[in-house]
Amino acid sequence: MAGLSLRNPVMTASGTFGYGLEFEDFVPMSKLGGIIVKGTTLLPREGNDYPRMAETASGMLNCVGLQNKGVNYFAEHIYPQLRDMDTNVIVNVSGSSPENYAECAAIIDGLDKIPAIELNISCPNVKDGGMAFGVTCEGAASVVKAVRRAYHKTLIVKLSPNVTNIADIARAVEAEGADCVSLINTLMGMSIDIEKRCPRLSIGTGGLSGPAIKPVAVRMVNQVAKAVRVPIIGLGGIMTTEDAIEFMMAGASAIEVGTANFIDPAVSGKIADGINHWLDAHSINDVNEIVGIINQ
Amino acid sequence: MRFFKMKQIKDFTVVSNNRLDERNVLLRLSPIDGQMPAIKPGQFVQVQSPAKDNTFLRLPISINNVEDGQLWLMVQMIGDGTKALGALREGDRINLVLPLGNGFSTDKAKGKILLVGGGVGIAPLLYAGKKLKDQGAEPVFLLGARTASGVLERDLFEQIGRVLITTEDGSLGERGFVTQHSALQQEKFDKIMVCGPKPMMMAVARYAKSSDTDCEVSLENMMACGLGACLCCVEKTVKGNVCVCTEGPVFNINQLTWQI
Repeated sequence: MAGLSLRNPVMTASGTFGYGLEFEDFVPMSKLGGIIVKGTTLLPREGNDYPRMAETASGMLNCVGLQNKGVNYFAEHIYPQLRDMDTNVIVNVSGSSPENYAECAAIIDGLDKIPAIELNISCPNVKDGGMAFGVTCEGAASVVKAVRRAYHKTLIVKLSPNVTNIADIARAVEAEGADCVSLINTLMGMSIDIEKRCPRLSIGTGGLSGPAIKPVAVRMVNQVAKAVRVPIIGLGGIMTTEDAIEFMMAGASAIEVGTANFIDPAVSGKIADGINHWLDAHSINDVNEIVGIINQ
Repeated sequence: MRFFKMKQIKDFTVVSNNRLDERNVLLRLSPIDGQMPAIKPGQFVQVQSPAKDNTFLRLPISINNVEDGQLWLMVQMIGDGTKALGALREGDRINLVLPLGNGFSTDKAKGKILLVGGGVGIAPLLYAGKKLKDQGAEPVFLLGARTASGVLERDLFEQIGRVLITTEDGSLGERGFVTQHSALQQEKFDKIMVCGPKPMMMAVARYAKSSDTDCEVSLENMMACGLGACLCCVEKTVKGNVCVCTEGPVFNINQLTWQI
């Protein structure tokens, strides 16, 4: 898919699986198509203040704010621990200007065991950049254009659902050379502590994830599948094998498991096995036969 | 490839569920496969509540004791998730991720150790006290509650070491907060370990600092994953924001940025 060799369509979503190392007790990495590691920026970021999380009906809000030690720390200290991992290790890249997105991507371009990056133009929890780029066609195109010049391997662009028409954004990033799009990032939300009369999250708002957002995500995957030719990675509230199949039928060639990892740290491996069992049970030899089947 | 698994997802059977007072129960659990993982005092588990429809995430709960192949969890029933745990019956199954977090540094502790607990925060101190006693240290417990009935597991603490008590209404022990107990003025401790509400822990940390005593506190920041992946439960430390679930829940007070 998009120049990537995937053992199966199951990946893990950025920010929900650490660097994979945190989950080695639970899932053999060789079971997964890939893992997408934490949002990485050119310079270190401390992230937002606590509290960063609020549980909601069938989901959760977070406002972590891209806490990470910066791309140079990643390249020097974390990459050596990941380079022999038996799966595709993909780095999620964020930034505050097209230039520093590109600079960060260029450093990762030099890491030979990282076959792809996922460009995060959709983080709702940072003031500078992040989602600001992902909510207009011009903004999204400007980042992808700059990164495309600096980055020569598979470029995945992660789209925000907090837009009027996600298909337009998908077309804009495809036109600038994105090899693949992943969607959806979290939906912006808010939760209020009525006794304290204040928001539950330190910055007021946060990104909603979990099964609460799945129907929105499936709809958007289907919308984008009809709008672009590049492959799609679907995510948003996938908890089970059946959820994953649903995304694939909507048009996703691969999927990412996110918040579900918090509840069952072994779930990504179970979904990878589950898809195979489902295909066998339905006498389907090639998983691609079901991709976008509802559009045919 | 790692051959030794540290953290596990494991099914347990409820051996008993005892009501401790109007808000708290003690669950005794036994691993279905009979294999109890190695657990350090101060570590915690992530429990899948039976109230799955109303509680999405797992609930982090500290380990009260490990004894005779059983794991003890003290549960304060406050929300839907903990109330459903409180309603579990003998023979019910429950799924845990464990053991999580760093735990108290009981293995290195020597001399007279003060273990301070407030309310349900006393839970991890029982196992910590047992370990301290086993290795020749002298645990002294200082337990605080609003009223006498809130001093949980008093008899079990008394089997391990000396127990000092404060209640806000004076119905048991000395009247007032734990930091007002006379022993703090009269005795010197080699180390203090604390678990309870944050204002209480801060007050004890202030005492520890002023009396130049080494002090560890167990934090309970809200968590999602419990594995160091989501970065939701962070606490500001001298090293920046760190995950309470993996770098903690136990911190030496000199690692924190509390204004004390």
